[in-house]
This record gives sequence, C-alpha cells and structure tokens, in this order.
Amino acid sequence: MGEVGLAPFQILAAFLFACGVACFVTKRNAIGLLMGVELILNAANLNLVAAARFVPGLRIEGQVFAVIVIVLAAAEAAVALAIFLNFYNNHATVDVDQANESKG
Amino acid sequence: MSLPVVLFLIVAATTSFGALGVVLSRSIVRAAVWLLAALIGVSVAYFLLGAEFLGAAQLIVYVGGTLVLMVFGVMITNQGPFAGIRTKPVEWILGGTLASVLFAALVTFSLRAARPLSPEGETLPGAGPLGAAFLGVPDEQGTAFLLPFEIVSIHLLVVLIAAAYLARAKRRPNSGGGAHG
Repeated sequence: MGEVGLAPFQILAAFLFACGVACFVTKRNAIGLLMGVELILNAANLNLVAAARFVPGLRIEGQVFAVIVIVLAAAEAAVALAIFLNFYNNHATVDVDQANESKG
Repeated sequence: MSLPVVLFLIVAATTSFGALGVVLSRSIVRAAVWLLAALIGVSVAYFLLGAEFLGAAQLIVYVGGTLVLMVFGVMITNQGPFAGIRTKPVEWILGGTLASVLFAALVTFSLRAARPLSPEGETLPGAGPLGAAFLGVPDEQGTAFLLPFEIVSIHLLVVLIAAAYLARAKRRPNSGGGAHG
C-alpha cells in the first residue's frame, strides 16, 4: 500500500460527501434523505481511517473514532426510520415536503 | 502501475459509481441497491488501508444492519411498485452546484494539506490493540477510550429503546392513515 497516499482517499471521501449532500438536497423521499446522510457519514469515516493509516499520531485514534461513528450512524438510522414510520402512520406519505405539519 | 494503485482505482470507481447512482436514481429501491455498492466499496477501501476490523464492522453493521433496515423502511412506506421521486430541475441545479462547489473545495484543501507522512511498511494496529484501547488499557502514548466507549454504549441503548417506542404499532379507533393531530 505504499504508492497510494493520503490524498486519493481524501478525494474519494470528498466525492462521497458531495454525492451525499446532493442526495440530501434533491431527494424528496425521507428514506432517500437517510441514504444521503449515510453517504456523508461514510465519507467522514473513510477520512478518519485514511488519517489513521497515514498520520503517525492517529494510529489508534482514527480507528476508535471510526468505530464510534459507525455505532452512531446505526443509532441515527434506527431512530430516523422510527420517526419516518411514525410519520407515515399519521400522514400516509414519506414526502418531506408535506412534513411541515408534523407537530402536535 | 502497481497492484495497490490498480486495486484502489477499481475500488474508488465502484464506490463513486454507487454514490452517483444513489443520487441519480429516481426509484428509491434502486437507490438502496446503489447504496449497497457504495457501502461495500467503502468497506473494501478499509481493507485496502489495512483496517480489517473496521472493514468487517462496516460490512456487518452497514450492509447487514442499516441497509436491511432501510430496505424494510422502503417496503413499508412505498406507495405503488415504481413510485419515482419527482425532483424539479431547479433543485437539480441547486443541489448539483452545491455538491460541485463542496467537492472542489474539499479536493483543493486535501491536495494542499496532504503530505507524505507515514514511513513505509507500517500497518495499522489490529483488533486487539483497538479493543484494549476501548476497554481503557492505555497504550504507549497513554491514550484510552473507556469513557467514549461507555457513552456510546449508553447512547445506543437509549436510542434503540426510543426507536422501538416510537415505531410501535398504535391502536387507533378509526383505522386508515388520515392526518390526525
């Protein structure tokens, strides 16, 4: 793994992040938004692991933070899906444009 | 080109293609399948970086857990077999511009900040030192992560209980999902 440095992984992570942002902005379906968030979190995670590999001071820290991000992403997906299911029960749709009346 | 470069290019192409598919596909089920490709690509990138434990965890948690959860969410909330997402052209332009600007800025900063750092042949610590760090055994630098580990554990427990509470089946007097409240 000597010839691929830190920068290619960072560029790949930047591309994933940009795709996640575009997905988050353009999708109407709430689960589509969730997929965008997953892409963004994966981009951050890829950056963390690449930093752990290539920065000497982050050997263990990068992996630890990556594991923590994976756990938090799983928790976020679970609670967001629960909220969307609740919203679907009440409104019979998951279109986020119609979510402005979700209070009460 | 040597083998690591070729492998990285293949993995990067797969991951980028999957991420683009998530953005561009109109059907939410197809977006889920593209997301599968992107997540598997990221996990193979972890393997390429030498973080085998993280690659396995990514496969188990994301591909085996989160994505299945998401597909179930799609199945429960889908309306019609091929319900597409109608995105206005203005939103495409806005989102595309935002994403391109972000991508350009991030690539610029990465290329400016990235230096050749690690000495050759050094590998990441495996699952053993990682687990020891999580359990509070300090390594050479004296870093240990017992408190974040506990916080994340309690957080996961609380969030999962809350999710089960939120998503429970409610019994309503008039069935049929009209807007109430």
